[in-house]
Amino acid sequence: MTLTDLDKKIVIELQAGLPLVSRPFETLARKLDITEEELITRVHAIQQAGIMRRIGAALRHHRVGFKANAMIVWQISEDKILEVGEQMAKLPEVTHCYQRAALPQWPYNFYTMVHGQSREECQNIAVRLSEIAGVTNYRLLYSVTELKKSSMKYFMD
Amino acid sequence: MQLDHIDKHLLDVVQTDFPICTEPYRVIGEKIGISEQEVLARLECLMQQDVIRRLGGVFDSRKLGYKGTLCAIKVPSERIDEVAEVINNYIGITHNYLRDHEYNMWFTILAQSSEKVEQILTEIKAKTGINDVINLPSQRFFKVLVNFKVRET
Repeated sequence: MTLTDLDKKIVIELQAGLPLVSRPFETLARKLDITEEELITRVHAIQQAGIMRRIGAALRHHRVGFKANAMIVWQISEDKILEVGEQMAKLPEVTHCYQRAALPQWPYNFYTMVHGQSREECQNIAVRLSEIAGVTNYRLLYSVTELKKSSMKYFMD
Repeated sequence: MQLDHIDKHLLDVVQTDFPICTEPYRVIGEKIGISEQEVLARLECLMQQDVIRRLGGVFDSRKLGYKGTLCAIKVPSERIDEVAEVINNYIGITHNYLRDHEYNMWFTILAQSSEKVEQILTEIKAKTGINDVINLPSQRFFKVLVNFKVRET
């Protein structure tokens, strides 16, 4: 699916946020100079194409009890990475899961982000992931300070 | 802020299951057994308290044609604020965290092309004078699903 100019405008509106009114799509449609029905049809299409994962709320996770987050970096042999990735991605505690190239000064090639109510809980998750994946070479990098956390503003730069 | 049982239920629903229809807040209310007006009032309050950071579209960067990477930079402790200001100034930098490692500042870059990502990184090195940066573009994506089961906590 190629995004039209209208689609891009829809993305810009939806990323800014949905108004808290009875008919939020009608409010946005008026801004975009289209009908509410047209907008809803278009939003469904954008979602069906996988361009939009969902409309949803992003939470400040520390405010709902998840006080600790750790990036766990793993060293996994190439031949195991696909299988391990699929296993780890299934677990609800894992919010992000990526393979990245290793560097000479940084031997880790696989990344999972986990959130817990404490460092101890993150540690326990790491141990469990390690057992599931059969990989023991890993380390946890806890976040100490959040310097920036925002949602991406597409088509604004 | 104290979240009651209804807030928690509401947070779980609006994270994962927001209906795309003419009256979404009424539909959410029906699902959890409160009125549309109460849904709106509670969401307003949760936003004011900054429990909800944003309620809107969650997009797949790659499908929008964006390129991204994860970087880590070694910043002397006395320069953290100043370097963070340089980095955070870019729209395409959405996450920046201090982590407990000698590569202490970790940030993501998103931009409309790989060249633009490279350019941002080059500018950061030039503006901060710090060249010790590791650049870790993703090679394979397995998952991004940031939902927090609030009701279980």
